[in-house]
Amino acid sequence: MGFVSRGFHGRRRDEGPEGRVPPGQYLTDGFPVLSAGPTPHTRLDEWTFTVEGGAEQARWTWDEFRALPSEDVTVDIHCVTRWSKLDTDWQGVSVDTLLDGVEHEAAYALAFCDGGYTTNVPIEDLTGGKAWVAYGYDGEPLDPEHGGPARLLVPHLYFWKSAKWVRGLQLLDDDEPGFWETNGYHLYGDPWREQRYWGD
Amino acid sequence: MTTGWLAAEAVEVRRETPRVRTIVLDVPGWPGHRAGQHLDVRLTAEDGYQAQRSYSIASAPGERPDITVEELDDGEVSPYLAEELRPGDRIEVRGPIGGWFVWGPEDGGPLLLVAGGSGVVPLMAMARHRAASGSAVPTRLLLSSRTWEDAIYRDELADLTGRGDGFEVVHTLTREQPDGWSGYARRVDDELLREVAWPAHAGARAYVCGPTSFVESVSRGLVDLGYEPGKVKTERFGPTGG
Repeated sequence: MGFVSRGFHGRRRDEGPEGRVPPGQYLTDGFPVLSAGPTPHTRLDEWTFTVEGGAEQARWTWDEFRALPSEDVTVDIHCVTRWSKLDTDWQGVSVDTLLDGVEHEAAYALAFCDGGYTTNVPIEDLTGGKAWVAYGYDGEPLDPEHGGPARLLVPHLYFWKSAKWVRGLQLLDDDEPGFWETNGYHLYGDPWREQRYWGD
Repeated sequence: MTTGWLAAEAVEVRRETPRVRTIVLDVPGWPGHRAGQHLDVRLTAEDGYQAQRSYSIASAPGERPDITVEELDDGEVSPYLAEELRPGDRIEVRGPIGGWFVWGPEDGGPLLLVAGGSGVVPLMAMARHRAASGSAVPTRLLLSSRTWEDAIYRDELADLTGRGDGFEVVHTLTREQPDGWSGYARRVDDELLREVAWPAHAGARAYVCGPTSFVESVSRGLVDLGYEPGKVKTERFGPTGG
Protein backbone atom coordinates (compact mmCIF):
# COMPACT_ATOMS: atom_id res chain seq x y z
CA MET A 1 0.00 0.00 0.00
CA GLY A 2 1.18 3.52 -0.79
CA PHE A 3 1.39 6.53 1.48
CA VAL A 4 -1.60 8.75 2.16
CA SER A 5 -2.18 11.68 -0.17
CA ARG A 6 -3.13 14.64 2.01
CA GLY A 7 -6.71 15.72 1.57
CA PHE A 8 -7.82 12.76 -0.54
CA HIS A 9 -10.97 11.08 0.69
CA GLY A 10 -12.37 9.43 -2.41
CA ARG A 11 -15.99 9.33 -3.44
CA ARG A 12 -16.52 5.71 -2.41
CA ARG A 13 -18.57 4.89 -5.41
CA ASP A 14 -20.45 1.65 -5.37
CA GLU A 15 -17.71 -0.91 -4.96
CA GLY A 16 -19.96 -3.66 -6.27
CA PRO A 17 -20.73 -7.13 -5.01
CA GLU A 18 -17.87 -8.85 -3.23
CA GLY A 19 -15.54 -10.72 -5.55
CA ARG A 20 -16.84 -9.14 -8.76
CA VAL A 21 -14.60 -6.09 -9.19
CA PRO A 22 -10.85 -6.78 -9.63
CA PRO A 23 -8.22 -4.68 -7.82
CA GLY A 24 -7.68 -1.14 -9.12
CA GLN A 25 -10.99 -1.11 -11.04
CA TYR A 26 -14.13 1.00 -10.55
CA LEU A 27 -17.67 0.33 -11.71
CA THR A 28 -19.32 2.21 -14.54
CA ASP A 29 -22.83 2.11 -15.96
CA GLY A 30 -21.67 3.60 -19.25
CA PHE A 31 -19.88 1.77 -22.00
CA PRO A 32 -16.68 3.69 -22.71
CA VAL A 33 -14.96 3.27 -26.07
CA LEU A 34 -11.26 2.77 -26.60
CA SER A 35 -9.48 2.13 -29.86
CA ALA A 36 -6.29 3.07 -31.59
CA GLY A 37 -7.64 4.40 -34.86
CA PRO A 38 -10.69 5.11 -36.99
CA THR A 39 -13.64 2.75 -36.66
CA PRO A 40 -13.75 0.45 -39.71
CA HIS A 41 -17.10 -0.04 -41.45
CA THR A 42 -17.03 -3.39 -43.22
CA ARG A 43 -20.03 -4.35 -45.33
CA LEU A 44 -21.67 -7.56 -44.21
CA ASP A 45 -21.54 -9.00 -47.73
CA GLU A 46 -17.76 -8.61 -47.62
CA TRP A 47 -17.36 -9.89 -44.08
CA THR A 48 -15.95 -13.36 -43.40
CA PHE A 49 -14.59 -15.12 -40.35
CA THR A 50 -11.56 -17.34 -40.91
CA VAL A 51 -9.69 -19.85 -38.77
CA GLU A 52 -6.17 -20.30 -40.13
CA GLY A 53 -3.36 -22.58 -39.07
CA GLY A 54 -5.34 -25.80 -38.67
CA ALA A 55 -5.18 -28.83 -40.99
CA GLU A 56 -7.60 -26.97 -43.25
CA GLN A 57 -8.69 -23.37 -43.32
CA ALA A 58 -12.23 -22.80 -42.05
CA ARG A 59 -14.19 -19.83 -43.29
CA TRP A 60 -17.72 -18.52 -42.82
CA THR A 61 -19.56 -15.76 -44.61
CA TRP A 62 -21.76 -13.48 -42.48
CA ASP A 63 -24.87 -15.54 -43.29
CA GLU A 64 -23.10 -18.81 -42.58
CA PHE A 65 -21.70 -17.41 -39.35
CA ARG A 66 -25.11 -16.20 -38.22
CA ALA A 67 -26.56 -19.64 -38.96
CA LEU A 68 -24.18 -21.24 -36.42
CA PRO A 69 -25.61 -22.08 -32.99
CA SER A 70 -25.52 -18.93 -30.88
CA GLU A 71 -25.49 -18.34 -27.16
CA ASP A 72 -26.72 -15.58 -24.87
CA VAL A 73 -24.17 -14.82 -22.20
CA THR A 74 -24.16 -12.44 -19.24
CA VAL A 75 -20.65 -11.56 -18.10
CA ASP A 76 -18.62 -8.92 -16.25
CA ILE A 77 -16.03 -7.00 -18.29
CA HIS A 78 -12.90 -5.20 -17.10
CA CYS A 79 -10.99 -2.60 -19.11
CA VAL A 80 -7.31 -1.98 -18.42
CA THR A 81 -8.15 1.75 -18.22
CA ARG A 82 -9.87 0.80 -14.94
CA TRP A 83 -13.57 0.64 -15.60
CA SER A 84 -15.50 -2.52 -14.97
CA LYS A 85 -19.06 -3.18 -16.03
CA LEU A 86 -21.14 -5.96 -14.50
CA ASP A 87 -23.79 -8.19 -16.04
CA THR A 88 -23.34 -7.22 -19.68
CA ASP A 89 -25.52 -9.21 -22.11
CA TRP A 90 -24.07 -10.51 -25.35
CA GLN A 91 -25.14 -12.75 -28.18
CA GLY A 92 -22.59 -14.68 -30.19
CA VAL A 93 -21.01 -17.90 -31.30
CA SER A 94 -18.84 -19.83 -28.85
CA VAL A 95 -15.23 -20.19 -29.98
CA ASP A 96 -15.69 -23.90 -29.12
CA THR A 97 -18.21 -24.06 -31.96
CA LEU A 98 -15.81 -22.34 -34.37
CA LEU A 99 -12.91 -24.65 -33.50
CA ASP A 100 -15.07 -27.75 -33.38
CA GLY A 101 -14.32 -29.00 -36.87
CA VAL A 102 -10.76 -27.67 -37.03
CA GLU A 103 -8.00 -30.21 -36.56
CA HIS A 104 -5.06 -28.58 -34.82
CA GLU A 105 -2.52 -28.85 -32.02
CA ALA A 106 -2.02 -25.13 -31.49
CA ALA A 107 -1.49 -23.73 -28.01
CA TYR A 108 -2.07 -20.06 -28.91
CA ALA A 109 -4.17 -17.95 -31.20
CA LEU A 110 -3.71 -14.51 -32.67
CA ALA A 111 -7.03 -12.80 -33.36
CA PHE A 112 -6.93 -10.53 -36.41
CA CYS A 113 -9.26 -7.68 -37.21
CA ASP A 114 -10.29 -5.00 -39.65
CA GLY A 115 -8.01 -2.04 -39.16
CA GLY A 116 -4.97 -4.26 -38.60
CA TYR A 117 -5.49 -4.80 -34.88
CA THR A 118 -4.35 -8.14 -33.45
CA THR A 119 -4.33 -9.72 -29.99
CA ASN A 120 -2.91 -12.97 -28.65
CA VAL A 121 -4.79 -15.40 -26.40
CA PRO A 122 -3.88 -18.94 -25.31
CA ILE A 123 -6.19 -21.56 -26.80
CA GLU A 124 -7.15 -22.76 -23.33
CA ASP A 125 -8.53 -19.28 -22.63
CA LEU A 126 -10.61 -19.36 -25.79
CA THR A 127 -12.15 -22.81 -25.28
CA GLY A 128 -14.24 -24.55 -22.64
CA GLY A 129 -17.06 -21.98 -22.73
CA LYS A 130 -14.78 -19.04 -21.96
CA ALA A 131 -14.88 -17.05 -25.21
CA TRP A 132 -17.25 -16.02 -27.98
CA VAL A 133 -17.36 -14.11 -31.24
CA ALA A 134 -20.17 -11.71 -30.31
CA TYR A 135 -22.42 -9.89 -32.76
CA GLY A 136 -25.15 -8.73 -30.42
CA TYR A 137 -25.19 -6.54 -27.32
CA ASP A 138 -28.27 -6.12 -25.15
CA GLY A 139 -30.40 -7.73 -27.83
CA GLU A 140 -29.30 -5.31 -30.56
CA PRO A 141 -26.71 -5.64 -33.33
CA LEU A 142 -23.30 -4.65 -31.97
CA ASP A 143 -22.48 -0.98 -32.71
CA PRO A 144 -19.44 -0.38 -34.94
CA GLU A 145 -17.80 1.75 -32.25
CA HIS A 146 -18.10 -1.17 -29.85
CA GLY A 147 -16.64 -3.58 -32.38
CA GLY A 148 -19.52 -4.48 -34.68
CA PRO A 149 -20.33 -6.33 -36.76
CA ALA A 150 -18.53 -8.82 -34.51
CA ARG A 151 -15.92 -8.77 -31.79
CA LEU A 152 -14.12 -11.37 -29.77
CA LEU A 153 -15.43 -11.67 -26.21
CA VAL A 154 -12.99 -13.07 -23.64
CA PRO A 155 -14.45 -11.59 -20.48
CA HIS A 156 -12.06 -13.16 -17.97
CA LEU A 157 -9.12 -11.20 -19.43
CA TYR A 158 -8.73 -7.39 -19.70
CA PHE A 159 -11.10 -6.15 -22.36
CA TRP A 160 -8.46 -5.24 -24.97
CA LYS A 161 -8.23 -9.03 -25.51
CA SER A 162 -11.86 -8.90 -26.66
CA ALA A 163 -10.73 -7.62 -30.05
CA LYS A 164 -13.14 -5.38 -31.93
CA TRP A 165 -13.98 -5.92 -35.62
CA VAL A 166 -12.55 -9.44 -35.42
CA ARG A 167 -12.22 -11.31 -38.71
CA GLY A 168 -10.49 -14.48 -37.68
CA LEU A 169 -8.12 -16.51 -35.59
CA GLN A 170 -4.64 -17.60 -36.56
CA LEU A 171 -3.69 -20.78 -34.68
CA LEU A 172 -0.07 -20.83 -33.50
CA ASP A 173 2.32 -23.16 -31.72
CA ASP A 174 4.03 -20.29 -29.92
CA ASP A 175 2.71 -17.17 -28.27
CA GLU A 176 3.10 -14.06 -30.40
CA PRO A 177 2.33 -10.59 -29.01
CA GLY A 178 -0.46 -8.67 -30.71
CA PHE A 179 -0.99 -4.92 -31.13
CA TRP A 180 -1.28 -3.62 -27.57
CA GLU A 181 0.99 -6.39 -26.33
CA THR A 182 3.83 -4.95 -28.44
CA ASN A 183 2.89 -1.45 -27.25
CA GLY A 184 3.49 -1.86 -23.55
CA TYR A 185 0.56 -3.98 -22.40
CA HIS A 186 0.78 -7.36 -20.72
CA LEU A 187 1.09 -10.52 -22.79
CA TYR A 188 -1.72 -12.32 -20.90
CA GLY A 189 -3.81 -9.67 -19.11
CA ASP A 190 -5.47 -11.27 -16.08
CA PRO A 191 -7.43 -8.50 -14.28
CA TRP A 192 -7.45 -10.40 -10.97
CA ARG A 193 -3.63 -10.35 -10.95
CA GLU A 194 -3.55 -6.76 -12.33
CA GLN A 195 -1.50 -7.79 -15.35
CA ARG A 196 -1.84 -4.42 -17.04
CA TYR A 197 1.59 -3.63 -18.43
CA TRP A 198 4.91 -5.22 -19.35
CA GLY A 199 6.53 -6.51 -16.20
CA ASP A 200 3.31 -6.81 -14.13
CA MET B 1 9.30 -0.18 -19.67
CA THR B 2 6.63 0.82 -17.23
CA THR B 3 7.84 1.33 -13.67
CA GLY B 4 6.22 0.13 -10.48
CA TRP B 5 4.57 2.77 -8.27
CA LEU B 6 6.86 5.73 -7.63
CA ALA B 7 6.52 8.51 -5.09
CA ALA B 8 5.85 11.84 -6.79
CA GLU B 9 5.85 15.29 -5.23
CA ALA B 10 3.86 18.16 -6.68
CA VAL B 11 6.41 20.94 -7.01
CA GLU B 12 4.16 23.41 -8.80
CA VAL B 13 0.52 23.73 -9.77
CA ARG B 14 -0.57 26.05 -12.54
CA ARG B 15 -4.11 27.03 -13.44
CA GLU B 16 -4.74 26.69 -17.16
CA THR B 17 -8.50 27.35 -17.31
CA PRO B 18 -11.28 27.56 -14.70
CA ARG B 19 -11.56 23.75 -14.68
CA VAL B 20 -8.06 22.68 -15.63
CA ARG B 21 -4.74 22.67 -13.80
CA THR B 22 -1.25 21.52 -14.67
CA ILE B 23 0.71 19.72 -11.98
CA VAL B 24 4.48 19.65 -12.25
CA LEU B 25 5.71 16.45 -10.63
CA ASP B 26 9.10 15.60 -9.25
CA VAL B 27 9.42 11.83 -9.61
CA PRO B 28 12.75 10.35 -8.50
CA GLY B 29 13.38 7.28 -10.66
CA TRP B 30 11.17 8.43 -13.55
CA PRO B 31 12.57 6.57 -16.59
CA GLY B 32 11.62 9.24 -19.14
CA HIS B 33 8.74 9.25 -21.60
CA ARG B 34 7.83 9.80 -25.23
CA ALA B 35 5.47 12.50 -26.45
CA GLY B 36 1.89 11.19 -26.30
CA GLN B 37 2.30 8.64 -23.52
CA HIS B 38 0.36 8.65 -20.26
CA LEU B 39 0.93 7.73 -16.66
CA ASP B 40 -1.18 6.20 -13.92
CA VAL B 41 -1.93 8.08 -10.73
CA ARG B 42 -2.79 6.35 -7.45
CA LEU B 43 -4.24 8.19 -4.48
CA THR B 44 -4.57 6.68 -1.01
CA ALA B 45 -6.95 8.01 1.65
CA GLU B 46 -6.21 7.85 5.36
CA ASP B 47 -8.21 4.66 5.85
CA GLY B 48 -6.33 2.92 3.03
CA TYR B 49 -8.98 3.41 0.34
CA GLN B 50 -7.30 3.83 -3.05
CA ALA B 51 -8.28 5.12 -6.47
CA GLN B 52 -6.29 4.96 -9.71
CA ARG B 53 -6.69 6.78 -13.02
CA SER B 54 -4.64 7.44 -16.16
CA TYR B 55 -3.56 10.92 -17.33
CA SER B 56 -1.72 12.03 -20.43
CA ILE B 57 1.72 13.53 -19.94
CA ALA B 58 1.89 17.14 -21.07
CA SER B 59 5.62 17.81 -20.98
CA ALA B 60 8.21 17.06 -23.64
CA PRO B 61 10.48 14.02 -23.39
CA GLY B 62 13.51 14.72 -21.23
CA GLU B 63 11.50 16.86 -18.83
CA ARG B 64 9.68 16.04 -15.63
CA PRO B 65 6.30 14.42 -16.26
CA ASP B 66 3.73 17.23 -15.98
CA ILE B 67 0.08 16.28 -16.09
CA THR B 68 -2.77 18.58 -17.05
CA VAL B 69 -6.06 17.56 -15.49
CA GLU B 70 -9.62 18.68 -16.15
CA GLU B 71 -12.08 18.41 -13.29
CA LEU B 72 -14.92 16.07 -14.22
CA ASP B 73 -18.33 16.61 -12.61
CA ASP B 74 -18.65 13.01 -11.56
CA GLY B 75 -14.94 12.53 -11.00
CA GLU B 76 -13.20 10.96 -8.05
CA VAL B 77 -9.53 11.61 -8.76
CA SER B 78 -9.75 14.63 -11.09
CA PRO B 79 -11.38 17.00 -8.51
CA TYR B 80 -8.53 16.25 -6.12
CA LEU B 81 -5.87 16.93 -8.76
CA ALA B 82 -7.63 19.93 -10.29
CA GLU B 83 -8.64 21.61 -7.00
CA GLU B 84 -7.32 20.14 -3.76
CA LEU B 85 -3.70 19.20 -4.37
CA ARG B 86 -1.08 21.82 -3.54
CA PRO B 87 2.70 22.06 -3.85
CA GLY B 88 4.45 19.70 -1.47
CA ASP B 89 1.67 17.08 -1.58
CA ARG B 90 2.62 13.59 -2.60
CA ILE B 91 0.89 11.12 -4.89
CA GLU B 92 2.02 7.90 -6.54
CA VAL B 93 2.58 7.46 -10.25
CA ARG B 94 3.71 4.71 -12.59
CA GLY B 95 4.59 4.86 -16.23
CA PRO B 96 5.15 5.79 -18.91
CA ILE B 97 2.37 3.82 -20.61
CA GLY B 98 1.45 3.33 -24.25
CA GLY B 99 3.61 2.90 -27.32
CA TRP B 100 1.16 3.65 -30.13
CA PHE B 101 -0.16 7.18 -29.66
CA VAL B 102 3.34 8.68 -29.73
CA TRP B 103 5.19 11.01 -32.06
CA GLY B 104 8.79 12.10 -32.47
CA PRO B 105 10.52 14.22 -35.14
CA GLU B 106 11.90 11.01 -36.67
CA ASP B 107 8.32 10.00 -37.52
CA GLY B 108 8.09 13.00 -39.83
CA GLY B 109 4.98 14.67 -41.13
CA PRO B 110 3.26 16.77 -42.13
CA LEU B 111 1.61 16.47 -38.77
CA LEU B 112 -2.05 17.10 -38.01
CA LEU B 113 -3.05 17.33 -34.36
CA VAL B 114 -6.78 17.51 -33.62
CA ALA B 115 -7.98 17.99 -30.06
CA GLY B 116 -11.31 18.31 -28.31
CA GLY B 117 -10.94 20.13 -24.97
CA SER B 118 -8.39 18.50 -22.67
CA GLY B 119 -7.60 16.05 -25.48
CA VAL B 120 -4.96 18.64 -26.33
CA VAL B 121 -2.73 17.40 -23.49
CA PRO B 122 -0.83 14.55 -25.24
CA LEU B 123 -0.75 16.64 -28.43
CA MET B 124 0.87 19.48 -26.48
CA ALA B 125 3.62 17.07 -25.47
CA MET B 126 4.19 16.48 -29.19
CA ALA B 127 4.16 20.20 -30.00
CA ARG B 128 6.59 20.91 -27.16
CA HIS B 129 8.81 18.04 -28.24
CA ARG B 130 8.82 19.33 -31.79
CA ALA B 131 9.82 22.82 -30.67
CA ALA B 132 12.42 21.66 -28.15
CA SER B 133 14.12 19.40 -30.70
CA GLY B 134 14.24 22.13 -33.37
CA SER B 135 12.10 20.09 -35.75
CA ALA B 136 10.67 21.88 -38.76
CA VAL B 137 8.01 19.24 -39.52
CA PRO B 138 5.01 21.21 -40.82
CA THR B 139 2.40 20.94 -38.09
CA ARG B 140 -1.18 22.09 -37.69
CA LEU B 141 -3.01 21.86 -34.40
CA LEU B 142 -6.77 22.20 -34.47
CA LEU B 143 -8.21 22.78 -31.00
CA SER B 144 -11.91 22.72 -30.28
CA SER B 145 -12.88 24.42 -27.01
CA ARG B 146 -16.20 25.56 -25.59
CA THR B 147 -15.10 29.14 -24.98
CA TRP B 148 -11.89 31.17 -25.26
CA GLU B 149 -11.44 30.85 -21.47
CA ASP B 150 -11.59 27.07 -21.86
CA ALA B 151 -8.86 26.94 -24.52
CA ILE B 152 -6.06 25.12 -22.71
CA TYR B 153 -2.47 26.34 -23.34
CA ARG B 154 -3.70 29.17 -25.58
CA ASP B 155 -0.84 31.56 -24.70
CA GLU B 156 1.86 28.95 -25.15
CA LEU B 157 0.28 27.82 -28.42
CA ALA B 158 0.41 31.42 -29.63
CA ASP B 159 4.10 31.56 -28.66
CA LEU B 160 4.80 28.33 -30.56
CA THR B 161 3.07 29.77 -33.62
CA GLY B 162 5.15 32.94 -33.33
CA ARG B 163 8.40 31.01 -33.70
CA GLY B 164 7.78 30.88 -37.43
CA ASP B 165 9.07 27.33 -37.72
CA GLY B 166 6.07 25.79 -39.45
CA PHE B 167 3.71 25.37 -36.50
CA GLU B 168 0.15 26.59 -36.96
CA VAL B 169 -2.78 26.65 -34.54
CA VAL B 170 -6.45 26.85 -35.49
CA HIS B 171 -9.02 27.37 -32.74
CA THR B 172 -12.70 26.70 -32.94
CA LEU B 173 -14.98 27.86 -30.12
CA THR B 174 -18.17 25.85 -30.01
CA ARG B 175 -20.25 27.55 -27.32
CA GLU B 176 -19.33 31.18 -26.95
CA GLN B 177 -16.96 33.48 -28.79
CA PRO B 178 -15.31 36.72 -27.65
CA ASP B 179 -16.39 39.99 -29.29
CA GLY B 180 -14.81 40.34 -32.67
CA TRP B 181 -13.93 36.62 -32.97
CA SER B 182 -13.17 35.87 -36.59
CA GLY B 183 -12.19 32.21 -36.18
CA TYR B 184 -14.29 29.09 -36.38
CA ALA B 185 -17.32 29.01 -34.11
CA ARG B 186 -18.73 25.52 -34.48
CA ARG B 187 -17.98 21.88 -33.80
CA VAL B 188 -15.38 20.23 -35.99
CA ASP B 189 -17.36 18.99 -38.97
CA ASP B 190 -16.30 17.58 -42.32
CA GLU B 191 -16.20 21.00 -43.97
CA LEU B 192 -14.02 22.47 -41.24
CA LEU B 193 -11.70 19.47 -41.43
CA ARG B 194 -11.41 19.84 -45.19
CA GLU B 195 -10.37 23.47 -44.72
CA VAL B 196 -7.86 22.87 -41.94
CA ALA B 197 -6.39 19.42 -42.53
CA TRP B 198 -3.44 18.82 -44.82
CA PRO B 199 -4.63 17.44 -48.14
CA ALA B 200 -4.66 13.65 -48.13
CA HIS B 201 -2.01 13.40 -50.85
CA ALA B 202 0.48 15.10 -48.52
CA GLY B 203 0.70 11.79 -46.63
CA ALA B 204 0.05 13.45 -43.29
CA ARG B 205 0.09 11.72 -39.93
CA ALA B 206 -2.89 12.58 -37.77
CA TYR B 207 -3.33 12.33 -34.01
CA VAL B 208 -6.83 12.82 -32.69
CA CYS B 209 -7.66 13.05 -28.99
CA GLY B 210 -10.85 14.02 -27.22
CA PRO B 211 -14.19 12.63 -26.09
CA THR B 212 -15.40 9.53 -27.90
CA SER B 213 -17.98 11.23 -30.11
CA PHE B 214 -15.39 13.83 -31.16
CA VAL B 215 -12.77 11.20 -31.98
CA GLU B 216 -15.31 9.08 -33.86
CA SER B 217 -16.45 11.91 -36.10
CA VAL B 218 -13.01 13.45 -36.69
CA SER B 219 -11.26 10.18 -37.46
CA ARG B 220 -14.05 9.15 -39.78
CA GLY B 221 -13.93 12.57 -41.44
CA LEU B 222 -10.19 12.24 -42.05
CA VAL B 223 -10.61 8.79 -43.61
CA ASP B 224 -13.36 10.24 -45.83
CA LEU B 225 -10.90 12.94 -46.91
CA GLY B 226 -8.54 10.18 -48.03
CA TYR B 227 -6.28 9.83 -44.99
CA GLU B 228 -4.78 6.37 -44.64
CA PRO B 229 -6.54 4.76 -41.62
CA GLY B 230 -3.19 3.44 -40.35
CA LYS B 231 -1.88 7.00 -40.11
CA VAL B 232 -4.81 8.28 -38.07
CA LYS B 233 -4.03 7.53 -34.44
CA THR B 234 -6.68 8.09 -31.83
CA GLU B 235 -6.92 8.38 -28.10
CA ARG B 236 -10.16 8.89 -26.23
CA PHE B 237 -11.13 9.98 -22.81
CA GLY B 238 -14.34 10.67 -20.99
CA PRO B 239 -15.96 8.14 -18.72
CA THR B 240 -12.57 6.47 -18.31
CA GLY B 241 -10.95 9.65 -17.04
CA GLY B 242 -12.72 9.83 -13.67
